[in-house]
Amino acid sequence: MADECFDATAVAALLQPIVERHRRDPLRLLQILREAQEVFGYLPRTALTAIADAVELPRARVEGVAGFYSFLHLKPVGRYRILFSDHVTDRMLGSVELMDRLCNRLWIERGKVSEDGLVSVDTTSCTGMCDQGPALLVGGRPLTRLSAERIDRISELVRAQVAVSDWPEEWFLVADNIRRRDVLLASAATPGEALRAAVARGREQLLHELKRSNLRGRGGAGFTTHTKWETARRAPCGDPQGGRYLVCNADEGEPGTFKDRVLLASHADLVFDGMSVAAFAIGAGQGLLYLRGEYAWLLPALHEKLARRRRNGLLGVAVCGQEDWNFDIDIHLGAGAYVCGEETALLESLEGRRGVPRIRPPYPAQQGYRGQPTVVNNVETLCKAALIALRGGDWFAGLGSKQSTGTKLLSIAGDVESPGVYEYPFGVSIDQVLHDCGAGNAQAVQVGGPSGSCLALHEFSRRIAFEDVPTAGAFTVFGAHRDLFEVARNFAHFFAHESCGFCTPCRVGTTLVANCMDKIANGNGSQYDIGEIFRIHRLLHAASHCGLGQTACNPLFDTLNKFRPAYERRLRSLDFAPAFDLDQSLSIARQMTGRDDPAAHFGPAAGVQRAER
Amino acid sequence: MNTPSLLLDGLPVPFSVGQTIMEAATAAGIFIPHLCHHPDFKPQGSCKLCTVKANGRYVSACTMPAKDGMEVENNSPDLNDKRRTLLQMLFVEGNHFCPSCEKSGDCLLQALAYELEMLTAHFPQFYPDRPVDASHPEVLLDFNRCILCELCVRASRDVDGKNVFALSGRGIGKHLIVNAESGRLADTGFALADKAAHVCPVGVILAKRRGFLQPIGCRRYDRQPIAMQPARPLASGGNGPES
Repeated sequence: MADECFDATAVAALLQPIVERHRRDPLRLLQILREAQEVFGYLPRTALTAIADAVELPRARVEGVAGFYSFLHLKPVGRYRILFSDHVTDRMLGSVELMDRLCNRLWIERGKVSEDGLVSVDTTSCTGMCDQGPALLVGGRPLTRLSAERIDRISELVRAQVAVSDWPEEWFLVADNIRRRDVLLASAATPGEALRAAVARGREQLLHELKRSNLRGRGGAGFTTHTKWETARRAPCGDPQGGRYLVCNADEGEPGTFKDRVLLASHADLVFDGMSVAAFAIGAGQGLLYLRGEYAWLLPALHEKLARRRRNGLLGVAVCGQEDWNFDIDIHLGAGAYVCGEETALLESLEGRRGVPRIRPPYPAQQGYRGQPTVVNNVETLCKAALIALRGGDWFAGLGSKQSTGTKLLSIAGDVESPGVYEYPFGVSIDQVLHDCGAGNAQAVQVGGPSGSCLALHEFSRRIAFEDVPTAGAFTVFGAHRDLFEVARNFAHFFAHESCGFCTPCRVGTTLVANCMDKIANGNGSQYDIGEIFRIHRLLHAASHCGLGQTACNPLFDTLNKFRPAYERRLRSLDFAPAFDLDQSLSIARQMTGRDDPAAHFGPAAGVQRAER
Repeated sequence: MNTPSLLLDGLPVPFSVGQTIMEAATAAGIFIPHLCHHPDFKPQGSCKLCTVKANGRYVSACTMPAKDGMEVENNSPDLNDKRRTLLQMLFVEGNHFCPSCEKSGDCLLQALAYELEMLTAHFPQFYPDRPVDASHPEVLLDFNRCILCELCVRASRDVDGKNVFALSGRGIGKHLIVNAESGRLADTGFALADKAAHVCPVGVILAKRRGFLQPIGCRRYDRQPIAMQPARPLASGGNGPES
């Protein structure tokens, strides 16, 4: 639909069922905006005004939220919105060339809507399909294993205006690619089994088992799960009737990670069991699963599973016969913002606001969702908690290493023979993992995604564990033929794109660093620029508001220290080279005036011209 | 029980429980550089100019609660170097041309740049395209100078009860917006008498027809460097904040 062809009355009528379904609750603003966009194709100004009126928020606040998330649009984006996943593994599989091919076929420029308003093509941050890339999202659905032939077919379908729902179904298949199973992926627990085991143990015993298990968060930070649960359970609560909340962080945004996708696709009942176990332990009445927008395609199956659990008495009133415990789970969708993986930004987003990390303290376990004690746990952590409820803390503590108990799911992709999900007991060496996944000629492994660490050959004897190489799960392998500079440049742009913009160092610094990397890539870099990157890294590390900014320069820092030649062969042998080329900047003027004589040139170019004459 | 106190650059500074490092320092007459902090509003901790080292960790002085016996490093070469870099980032992010700016001499950003001896912007300029909004009969909005401190957002929301301002966009694209479908200040409930009209630390929110009422050279920070000023600055006759 064309821009601003909506009149206010018609818009309000179209929005009516959406805002009513969400009870005009301002805390559900993000969900309302998402659904409104499905009606209009984007969010017209009149719609923002109508939504603001309906939920009784200032209009500017509503516009501010809509302007924050990548998947919400204030301008039309075309009836077909095609987003190429822009993780480095997609690039290694040729995504840039495929995107150019599609743009050429469709006669459009990247990032711009076609003149007839039919289609736009752009990039988006990693969509969690690294094991089956290159991938794209069309109308929110993932399309994996792209090839030139498939791209050509897509361009034909778009031009023939065939609805995405009528595209070949096999294109949308997402494989689990589970390559190594251990206690979690091999678990055959039936739905509700872990929850019933937890209830049978009772709250005190359950927490005791959790403590003995020494389970630590699988989202990366490795905070002790028992401490979080115990804090939330004991924290004073404004509302004694179910005022505590349990949040499952399924905003799996770290580029290169996709193990939560597999858990949600094939072990969803274990995830829900874990949520229920945690809720039972802390006395929460409401569970919320925050699902990243890129995984919206999982939603129908998840809702179906929740409905079945309600029918079977695993959710609802007096769960598992516990007269004093009512519990249900709601799913919230994100809308394209990596920073929302940070737990306090996630809570802001859950409350329908811009995903800006909160000031801590207070911590979520004290004051989280709606200001109430809230436990935020990663998908995998909750699955582990379910297993502990089933099999006890000592059993779990017997796996892995002393400080890192249990197993860890790794999302392995890049230059390997068998990309996919691998489950290992903690303490496994990088060498072992590389051997198992068939990484013959690895020169580097990015462990834990861009915010993690880049390991070189001499470090492959190190081990996956909180005390050695901690990770949220990404394990991206780069063969000897790969250019680590381009890997780091991709990550630099990722952070610039995903910075929430709240604090000065991250907002400006991530863009400065990305520009610096482009300058080096364009052949205008010098030692001076390397110094600048280190300087900005130190500032971001010290002064950023949250982990995103603090770790944003890590991939550059690591690769500069370990793969310096990848940078240096691009540098001009000068102390300083400017980012702009004076002669080049005159090219537009030359084109406009039709001149190309020496007087229309600057610097050496002018000299060359003269010499030629 | 003794009054709790912290050590600020080696100097004992007493505080009352619940105060932040910034509040304790201000009460003791010690200057910690800041932009988004204002004693009348809830701290937000976004500009990071007030970054100090408390017990060895970098924290924002405006949001970190003071603790008894805490050792705080404030006026050190390392911290001032970081603050200078943050100022340079703010200068290249927007379009700041001090010599022609109506706020010159009354501007907190400029005053801090002098205080921290920032000699150049250092980084390549971004030169963002930020059209001004001259729609309002009494007030001009020049977004070129916005440093995203959110003081106007907070003032309009918490004091005026009008919610005229908000932030939209993300990352380097973050920007100030006003509460109107047209996007124009004239179509909001904004008035010159609002608190929000008088809190801008830089030159975004300017009263019309009062430009250069007070000559450059006689303005607040022309008279005295910012670190020497009393904690609650004097009201000025021009377009300065009236806090």
